[in-house]
Amino acid sequence: MIEVEKLSKSFGRQEVLRGVDLTVEAGEIVGLLGPNGAGKTTLVNILSTLVLPDSGTARVAGFDVVTESDEVRRRISITGQSSAVDELLTADENLRMIGRLSGLSASSSRQRSAELLARFDLVDAARRRVASYSGGMRRRLDLALSLVVAKPVVFLDEPTTGLDTRSRRELWAAIRTLADDGAAVLLTTQYLEEADQLADRVALLDGGRVVASGTADDLKARIGDELSLPAPTLDDVFLALTGRN
Amino acid sequence: MTTLASSTAFVPRPLAPFTEEGVFIRRALLHSLRNTESAVMAIMLPVMLMLLFTFVFGGAIDGSGDYVDYVVPGIILLCAGFGAAATAVSVSQDMTTGIIDRFRTMPIRASAVLTGHIVASLVRNLIATGVVIGVALLVGFRPNGGVVDWIAAIALVALYILAITSLFAAVGLAASNAEAASGYGFILLFLPYLSSAFVPVETMPAWLQWFAAHQPVTPLVETIRALLLGGDASTRWPTAVAWSVGIIVAASIWGALLFRRKAGRR
Ligand SMILES: Nc1ncnc2c1ncn2[C@@H]1O[C@H](COP(=O)(O)OP(=O)(O)OP(=O)(O)O)[C@@H](O)[C@H]1O
Ligand SMILES: [Mg+2]
Repeated sequence: MIEVEKLSKSFGRQEVLRGVDLTVEAGEIVGLLGPNGAGKTTLVNILSTLVLPDSGTARVAGFDVVTESDEVRRRISITGQSSAVDELLTADENLRMIGRLSGLSASSSRQRSAELLARFDLVDAARRRVASYSGGMRRRLDLALSLVVAKPVVFLDEPTTGLDTRSRRELWAAIRTLADDGAAVLLTTQYLEEADQLADRVALLDGGRVVASGTADDLKARIGDELSLPAPTLDDVFLALTGRN
Repeated sequence: MTTLASSTAFVPRPLAPFTEEGVFIRRALLHSLRNTESAVMAIMLPVMLMLLFTFVFGGAIDGSGDYVDYVVPGIILLCAGFGAAATAVSVSQDMTTGIIDRFRTMPIRASAVLTGHIVASLVRNLIATGVVIGVALLVGFRPNGGVVDWIAAIALVALYILAITSLFAAVGLAASNAEAASGYGFILLFLPYLSSAFVPVETMPAWLQWFAAHQPVTPLVETIRALLLGGDASTRWPTAVAWSVGIIVAASIWGALLFRRKAGRR
């Protein structure tokens, strides 16, 4: 579903990505880890057609992100790291707007909005302007907006940042459901517990490359052997592999 | 959990024609309703200016009391400009907040966002124009144009609103943030003062006369004045229309280029 090969991207003289290889299969959740500034958001932005790569190829749902961006856009949903909601509208108006833009009828949009407001615990705030929301409420709306219609490829850039524990657990369950329904999910996170619990595989981005990938248990076993640690956590893996230990 | 396994299956099909325009016009109209302060200002300021010009300056500029008839066409254009300036701010806000990125990752024409703001500005300003004309009638504006003259005059006002709004939309795209957008926008609002809107061109110093005679607002004001108050509208309307259409075309091209640069892929 997502196939990335030798992808590179520089901003000016700064080489952010230097030949990234990555695949995500349908029904799979891949957690993309890496220190701040490693290029996780840049990679997600390239895959979601917001940013052009310099070289290499990336195909999403079988289409090239550079030359077939319209086809890619029909098949993806993205929750970016920074919020993408309309502050002057209410949550309900935001959801219905995205529903209409996704090709739903007015009545289906209204119905879908009601479902998602309930699911993301925003019913009480539904008719208030988003500008008055707390950070976590805004984040939940952002996530709901990405799920108005089901898409085969889902990008989530630090989706649970700023969410309370309950909302985080619920979102994990929701993401699991998406994958069980066959979506390919690429999610970035700084919470290694999240990657451990949720991701089928993790990929660790550092120095512009994927320096390790596999199931969390594989990586832990590998690092445990290398460093002779009895019970390594994903934190140990992260620190060992990003050279900050 | 069941609600997330969407009730609406994924269908990659194109939208019905003009869906984006409809959605974004509705969105921009909702924004206009929420921005009550700027809506009130867009009506209050021209009304206050009209009262100021007719009651305070009017006596000094023209003792006969006909000044209200002279000044109303200019106030109408000034009013249209005030309301349109908000477009620069809305567009700039859209480009600098995250919402545009959501639109850009969807299979839609994201540039329809601009169409939404421009149409909303047209609606806002036509309403404001109606209020201004109503107040003008109350303070003694006595037009004698027929129905056709009125329709022609309102069409010209609408054309002017579209012209200045497209210009403001492009300014909003060019500005780095909303404050800058409203700052640049303010410069354009001086044009009506340097035209025949408030005083006849002949009363100005020679260098200003040349500018006033050759800028877009003067032929517009003169044509509207001729239409509403009985005069020969035939000489200046082609210039007025040509200016407006020219500005719309130029601003649209500039805006499209800026939009591609700002909202395109980097
Ligand atoms: N538009 C841009 N122009 C210039 N530099 C950029 C741009 N976008 C990102 N960068 C740089 O690229 C590098 C990678 O940024 P990116 O946002 O992809 O990191 P990240 O892995 O998502 O970090 P974080 O964990 O903090 O979210 C950073 O050094 C950043 O400054
Ligand atoms: Mg990031």
